[in-house]
Amino acid sequence: MFSDYSMSELGAIFAMQGFAGLILFSVFVLMALGLAIIFGQMGVINMAHGEFMILGAYVTYFVSQFFSAYMPALFGSYFFVAMILAFFASGALGLLVEWSIIRHLYKRPLDTLLATWGLSLILQQTYRSVFGAREVGVTIPSWMMGSMPVTDLIEIPVNGIFVMVLAVGISMAVYIMMFRSNWGKQVRAINQNRVMAGAVGINTEWTDRLTFGIGCGVAGVAGSAFTMIGSTGPTSGQLYIVDTFLVVVFGGAGSILGTIASAFSISQAQSIMEFFLSGSMAKVLTLLIVVGILMIRPQGLFSLKLRK
Amino acid sequence: MTFSKTPLFSRSEIIGFAVLAVLIFLILPTFLGTFRLNLFGKYLTYAFVAVGLALCWGAGGILSLGQGVFFGLGGYCMAMFLKLEASTPENTSIQSTPGIPDFMDWNQLTELPAWWIPFHSLTFSLIAVVLVPVTFAFFIGVAMFRRRVGGVYFAIITQAFAAILTILIIGQQGYTGGVNGITDLRTLNGWNIRTGEAKEILYYVNGVLLFAVLFVAHFVRKSKLGRILIAMRDQEDRVRFSGYDVASFKIFIFCLGAAFAGIGGAMFTLQVGFMSPTLVGIVPSIEMVIFCAVGGRLSILGAVYGALLVNWAKTSFSESFPELWLFGLGGLFIAVVMLFPNGLAGIWTEQIMPRLSKLWTARARRAPQTHNASTEKRGAV
Repeated sequence: MFSDYSMSELGAIFAMQGFAGLILFSVFVLMALGLAIIFGQMGVINMAHGEFMILGAYVTYFVSQFFSAYMPALFGSYFFVAMILAFFASGALGLLVEWSIIRHLYKRPLDTLLATWGLSLILQQTYRSVFGAREVGVTIPSWMMGSMPVTDLIEIPVNGIFVMVLAVGISMAVYIMMFRSNWGKQVRAINQNRVMAGAVGINTEWTDRLTFGIGCGVAGVAGSAFTMIGSTGPTSGQLYIVDTFLVVVFGGAGSILGTIASAFSISQAQSIMEFFLSGSMAKVLTLLIVVGILMIRPQGLFSLKLRK
Repeated sequence: MTFSKTPLFSRSEIIGFAVLAVLIFLILPTFLGTFRLNLFGKYLTYAFVAVGLALCWGAGGILSLGQGVFFGLGGYCMAMFLKLEASTPENTSIQSTPGIPDFMDWNQLTELPAWWIPFHSLTFSLIAVVLVPVTFAFFIGVAMFRRRVGGVYFAIITQAFAAILTILIIGQQGYTGGVNGITDLRTLNGWNIRTGEAKEILYYVNGVLLFAVLFVAHFVRKSKLGRILIAMRDQEDRVRFSGYDVASFKIFIFCLGAAFAGIGGAMFTLQVGFMSPTLVGIVPSIEMVIFCAVGGRLSILGAVYGALLVNWAKTSFSESFPELWLFGLGGLFIAVVMLFPNGLAGIWTEQIMPRLSKLWTARARRAPQTHNASTEKRGAV
């Protein structure tokens, strides 16, 4: 299959494929970070994670509509406003959900799974009733359109680069929050020993709520970033949920670094195999390999030693 | 296997089975027309899965989000046989390659793939309906339970299997019929399964098979195995330290659940007349869990009622208020989990039964229910 191509063409194909893999990597990282906080640190299985992302995407869509109607001069920068709004919208919904549902179910993780699945159905139908069943796409600001030529054969789409930059930025933000802030210290303390953390004066209840809210907020930002590379529909969130969970579990729950590493390996494996096989077979093979590795090493790539 | 000193059926259990039998074999056929009865036949096929889940999840504490995989495997095994029977060279003479299923012809296949050939035989297909899901479940079970993967991780990985199988079926449409599934099924060994009369007969076959499955499940629950399962669910380490091989019990119960789901899938294919990946994936798999949860995860009879009720509600709601259905289903998930973790059966044994038995004791000074209620409660802790 390679004989038809010259060496430089082959190099270009691999570079482009590798770059497609990097975009997929950014998407996975964005999706998985919020879940890594919620599932990894709190052990809560949030099946409605995709719907929190979609909320962020819808917020972005409406902000873009608003800007193009009232402030066309500032249209180029609407995205940054949208991202912040998406964080707070999804985060606020997250706080509400934690308060009304999740906090009653901390001792029953499998039941959280079912309850949040119910929540995801309700959210999907809400989106469908409020925003319509059709997929919506935002107008990308002009500076994000087009592509950057690297060599004669390799071109890199600007929105892809933007999503990558965003993924790096958000990962750093999450990292700083987890390992440098007071909140992060409290979250990790609770993760290690809940009772003891409470005994030394950490308000575990409030920290849990905030953690869930921040995790959902990060999901909202991820959703917001997705509008740059695809359209949004009421059920788009469901497409991501299995991938997202596998990324987090494969990386080792509780480890942010592991999540990023697993997102990288899964996305690269998938995009490289996509070149050799059909898209669906590449996906099947990737998932099978991930599941296979998880069967051999259930704790994931990076595991924290915790006293449960 | 040794038995406890209590009889295999307590009095209230006999009543429970009898009530269900009357409902399925007398009340529903009398009051429903052919169309509705066929729908309930479809719901009954889901009940097989729900009973399997009641064993795996309720008794064994293993939540599988991939029961749709086993349902689908069973269903596809049946559908492949029926499809081959429907694709005789005479029926398919307009195709460029007569004698192979129509979707293969559309996808430019010129001969039957080798793994389809054994499905010419009904006996082989019927064995495969049970054996294929069980084999698959066995491999998953051995790989997971031997390494002590359980709980949440098991749920996520089984869900991944549901996703994998769906993508595989949709992607390989030349071999599997793709997203449309295997349709246009006509006869079973020459017997036309598309007439109203056949649907009615299939409904009764479903009912009888379901009772057979229920008896097996009941037997398992009452045997020593059932008690070990419940002990494992509540205190896995203690059971392990007592010298039991925990993984083998889990593998067994998971395989049994898969076998039930496979039978359900095959009956679904017969009753409804097609099989498609929409019944395999993540969404149907989780819906199957909710049938079980609504009915009561601890009760096998509850699971049957749960499957019938949820599906009946689904059909009637989505006929009249399609918008509201997802709200209803989502609300049901949340309400069941938060308010009634033991589902309908829990409401029955905790709320209604004690009151009834009070009335009963007032008359006859004998509470028939006490033993059963106490075991159910102990199970619920």
